[in-house]
Amino acid sequence: MWEFILDRAGYWAIIGLMMIGLFIAFSAENLIKRLVGLSLFMTTICLFYVTLGKITGGTAPILLKADMPSHYGSHAAEAADAHLAAAGSERFADLVYTYSNPLPHVLMLTAIVVGVATLSVGLALIVRIREAYGTIEADDIRAMDIEAAIAQEAEAEKDLNEAAV
Amino acid sequence: MILELLLTSAPDWAIRHAAMLIVVVPLVMAPILALSPSGRLAWFLALLATAASTYFAILTLGIVQSTPGGIIEYWIGNWYLIGIEFRVDALNAMILLIVSGMAFLATVFAWPTILADVEKQKISLFLCAFLLCFAGLCGVAGTGDAFNLFVFLEISSLSTYVLVAMGARNDRRALPAAFDYLIMGTLAASFYIIGVGFLYAATGTLNMAEMAAQLPALAGNRSVQVGFAFIVVGLGLKAAMWPLHQWLPNAYSYSPSFVTMFLAATATKVALYALIRWLFTIFSPDYPFEQAIFTWVLAPLGIAAMVICSFQAVFQTDVRRMLAYSSVAQVGYMILGISVATAAGVSAGLLHLFNHSLIKGALFMALAGVCLTYKGTTVRDFAGLGRTAPLTMSAFAIAGLSLIGVPLTAGFMSKLQLGYALFDHGWWWAVLFVVFSSFLAVFYVGRLLQAIFFEAPASPGRHRKEAPLIVLVPLWVLALANIYFGIDASFPVGLANDGAAAALGLEAFQ
Repeated sequence: MWEFILDRAGYWAIIGLMMIGLFIAFSAENLIKRLVGLSLFMTTICLFYVTLGKITGGTAPILLKADMPSHYGSHAAEAADAHLAAAGSERFADLVYTYSNPLPHVLMLTAIVVGVATLSVGLALIVRIREAYGTIEADDIRAMDIEAAIAQEAEAEKDLNEAAV
Repeated sequence: MILELLLTSAPDWAIRHAAMLIVVVPLVMAPILALSPSGRLAWFLALLATAASTYFAILTLGIVQSTPGGIIEYWIGNWYLIGIEFRVDALNAMILLIVSGMAFLATVFAWPTILADVEKQKISLFLCAFLLCFAGLCGVAGTGDAFNLFVFLEISSLSTYVLVAMGARNDRRALPAAFDYLIMGTLAASFYIIGVGFLYAATGTLNMAEMAAQLPALAGNRSVQVGFAFIVVGLGLKAAMWPLHQWLPNAYSYSPSFVTMFLAATATKVALYALIRWLFTIFSPDYPFEQAIFTWVLAPLGIAAMVICSFQAVFQTDVRRMLAYSSVAQVGYMILGISVATAAGVSAGLLHLFNHSLIKGALFMALAGVCLTYKGTTVRDFAGLGRTAPLTMSAFAIAGLSLIGVPLTAGFMSKLQLGYALFDHGWWWAVLFVVFSSFLAVFYVGRLLQAIFFEAPASPGRHRKEAPLIVLVPLWVLALANIYFGIDASFPVGLANDGAAAALGLEAFQ
């Protein structure tokens, strides 16, 4: 039981962080805190993907000497590419070293860029909200909106009465 | 016939790269627009870009229909099996056609509304964001790579938040609406990539076709099921599936009227397409857990959306809000069609998707025409408009009747198909809900039409006139399409049937 949990400690940490982020994004009244929660949530996804790509004992995904085909001479890099492409997935079998999967890392580079863009749009929106409302508390904004709507309704009512007269 | 003419006259490069060019043209044009010094030039370029995309979308449809397998496989940069694939079959081709066609019509009518809604020096940037959003939506519809879909989804969503927030010039409530949409939309996209992560861990591929080929061997795998759940929730939120629709009414009500029209006609449709792609092409209704989700989750949620949101629409005083709630209800019809999980059901859902984008496009376009001359959008403001703006309002009325599902309009056709599909599946009780929800639509549309045509103007002092010609032409194109496809539905029904066949992996084009 404990072994099962401890073996997957990384995943438990990810789940915990993810839930914290989600909870903040839903429940915080302060708009900046909501964005903080959202960023936490998105960063944890990066952790999740990177964890997926890691193999115990795996090294960085650059072919080491022993895995390089020796008879290609000086154009080793090109030759290795060609070799890999020719052999396809069967080449996994005769690798000497274990390599981590690089693809999740690359995907997360994209996700980080998306996260930064989201964060900056969100912060820009908060600046504009603060200019328009003078506050960044969600419940204050809601109260001001309701107040404005009631005032608008009253004015429309007055217009209607004047038109009738 | 027109398709054949286009195919034979198209140059070689256009045929070879058509599927990709739909996305590339607006994507490349967007930064150029941002640099454009004058708003008018920017609008003209945007018009060109959307027209080009529409052309390539029609071309893609022609190619898909004329190739034997009905699938275009386009490997970006020729990285065969390693890189990102654009994979277009009858289902995508239909969605691409809807999105680009509606984007073109939206751009045509946009100019006067943009002048009214957006500050002069921001027009180029505004149109740049619009083109990015459009490119993102086309990308989602075209891609055959699960992670690439997320990237395009975020491209379109991020620019949508900006577009919605631009409504702040008329109404500051657009800002909190855009912020809420940002939080919800980002959570949705994050859920989606968590799901993709689980599936990647299980299958080791991100290519949708490859994933679909590997999944049957993984039956009963827990991480596949968890990934499936995450993806359905994420895409459901983007598609405004009840009860995940809370962002939609505010975003539609306060954004600039052009943005509302474009989003209502395309954005939720594309998310729904992605959902169909995942539910039927990658996963399949044969999996027991998916069958359970269809019966116990999607069908009840679709019915709840139809009934509850129609009720909410009846009690709205603001016309845009009313139509927004009605949009959620219509998404409910599509979800119900999908949850039948037969070819007929998916086809009915797709047909309603097509018709609804015509209907809501026309309604919001007419609404934008009214907003041009008079700012009010409450039902009371619409009183007597039938006399001062008869052309705009009769197009509005046609689309409104189509929304109810009156015979001889497009809306009737799709509800009929949905009814047939439900009966065939033995869900006759669901037909009752469809009828009941249409009955509620009679109330909210009828109340509006009564105010427009039979009531005296609320304040006679304020004169309104007809919308300008550039709004009227695309508006009437959509209104007449609503009537035409209500009488001769062979074109959209053919598209929907082929699309459903492609989604379910059946033999297409029988």
